[in-house]
Amino acid sequence: MRWLFEPGFFSSHPVHVAIVVGSIVAVVSAVVGVFTVMRGQSFAGHSLADVSTAGGSGAVLFNVNPLFGFVAGGVVGAGAMELVGVRRARGRDLATGIVLGASIGLAALFLYLSATHSSTTGASQQILFGSIFEIDGSTVAIVVVLSVICLGIMAAVQRPLLLSSVSMDMAAARGVPVRFVGLAYMLALALAVGLSSLAIGAILSTALLIGPAAVALRLTRRIGWAIVAACLTGIGATTVGVLLAYDSYDWNSRHAAWPVSFFIVIIIFLAYLATEVPLVRAGSDPVRPLEVDQ
Amino acid sequence: MFASFMINAWIVATIVAVIAGVVGFFVVLRGSAFPAHAIPNGAFAGAAGASLIGVNTLIGLGVFSVLSALGIGALGRRGRHDVVTALALVVMLALGAFFLSQTTEYEPEIFSLLFGEVLGIASNEILPVAGLGVVCIGAVALLYRPLILTSVVPDIAEAKGVRSQRMEMAFLVVVALATAMTVPVVGALLIFSLMIGPAAAARSFTNRPPVAILLSVAIALATVWAAIAISFVTDWPIGFFVGTLSAFAYAVGRAWAAWRRTKAPRSIRADAPEPLFAF
Repeated sequence: MRWLFEPGFFSSHPVHVAIVVGSIVAVVSAVVGVFTVMRGQSFAGHSLADVSTAGGSGAVLFNVNPLFGFVAGGVVGAGAMELVGVRRARGRDLATGIVLGASIGLAALFLYLSATHSSTTGASQQILFGSIFEIDGSTVAIVVVLSVICLGIMAAVQRPLLLSSVSMDMAAARGVPVRFVGLAYMLALALAVGLSSLAIGAILSTALLIGPAAVALRLTRRIGWAIVAACLTGIGATTVGVLLAYDSYDWNSRHAAWPVSFFIVIIIFLAYLATEVPLVRAGSDPVRPLEVDQ
Repeated sequence: MFASFMINAWIVATIVAVIAGVVGFFVVLRGSAFPAHAIPNGAFAGAAGASLIGVNTLIGLGVFSVLSALGIGALGRRGRHDVVTALALVVMLALGAFFLSQTTEYEPEIFSLLFGEVLGIASNEILPVAGLGVVCIGAVALLYRPLILTSVVPDIAEAKGVRSQRMEMAFLVVVALATAMTVPVVGALLIFSLMIGPAAAARSFTNRPPVAILLSVAIALATVWAAIAISFVTDWPIGFFVGTLSAFAYAVGRAWAAWRRTKAPRSIRADAPEPLFAF
């Protein structure tokens, strides 16, 4: 086993934190992500990561705890997207894109200003790509609290959310407060994305939100099983990714470790490609029948 | 502002704005905002890879953006389009992160690839950008009718024998080419604001495609020129001004459309022909 688990893997504190935080984030992202994929809101999910990144870089500039920046950015962005509230997917994507573009512009300004004023180098790379190995102890507690809040919201609106994700019209006809449920879901999405971009970076945030959920929805039609499968895929990819990144330190003589985000994303992508193989997939295409409201 | 070292910047930015305005019209029409955001990020990975193995950045940009476009097109045939786009995006960014971890690239260079850098454009960079620009405009002109048909009335397009899948693929490649040449100038993260902001604003003012395209180009030009000028004066990154001015243009367009709706009496609205493409 020595070749697989490099010496020190099981005793390394950063590795423990990385796996614990990564798994928490993977679970929250998977639960929210299943609905994100069903509702066709991948773009919003990804954009919120960038929007909360803009909030985070603003917080760095104004010397506030980045956490507030990430969460505030995500919630404000989600509110703005929901406010524009275009029903048709095409217009909704456009509104999302405009909010995204403006906030990337803001991020550019904040990063530039903080680089020139306080010479914090590496900020843009750090914020965009994150590092799961550099999570400090105080972040772990916050991640846990936010995760509980987020999962609580999802549990509270779970049934009406499922109904309105499958068919907005049917849900409205049955008296579901569609608008309110949508808003609660966007809040949960903003929290999930905000905390994952803070903990593991914007790329991994999108990867863990969309990837495992997309894989799971291709494996099963049952929502409960889909959530379980998505959680397992997310946790598996995160753990194996952390292990490989730890090992990669010794893969070349320069000791330039490969980024953990690279491994996690590639594992998730391979899992998705595997569902393209007909044998693995259940039925024709489990996602399509859910696409009622487009 | 118009000193000799800025001339190249003005020329290239003008070409970029024209391309973004034209291609952006179709991005908005087809609702391809997400791919238009994802492909430049793929291009960014290509630039990082090119600097790692020591080839021309433009080659890396071109190869990777076309690869992302083909990947989104091919996988999108079987799966949900937005899911596939998100996955392609993160795979490309992860590759970019990998390439960066293996190089000793300076932080400012990464920043300028992501957020744009108009200063320091060499004269020999103008020709490739202009060449790719001509190819893009040519491709759009060639695909003009089928693109509009498949975007607006897919059923009729299908009946006329236009393959919408193939058209989607061709269009994504055009977006990729437009992206490859514009990344070094406005940055991977902001091309797409320049593509969708002005084009979406233009759509609010007119329903006629040729007019909308011209208007979209005009707004994109105004955005880029203003961004360069303000960026030159304030020394702030050009990306900030491109992003916010594009959003501002869109907001003005939406306000104009809302104002028009309240102005038009009901009777006229009922008689008015259905807009060719409404949101």
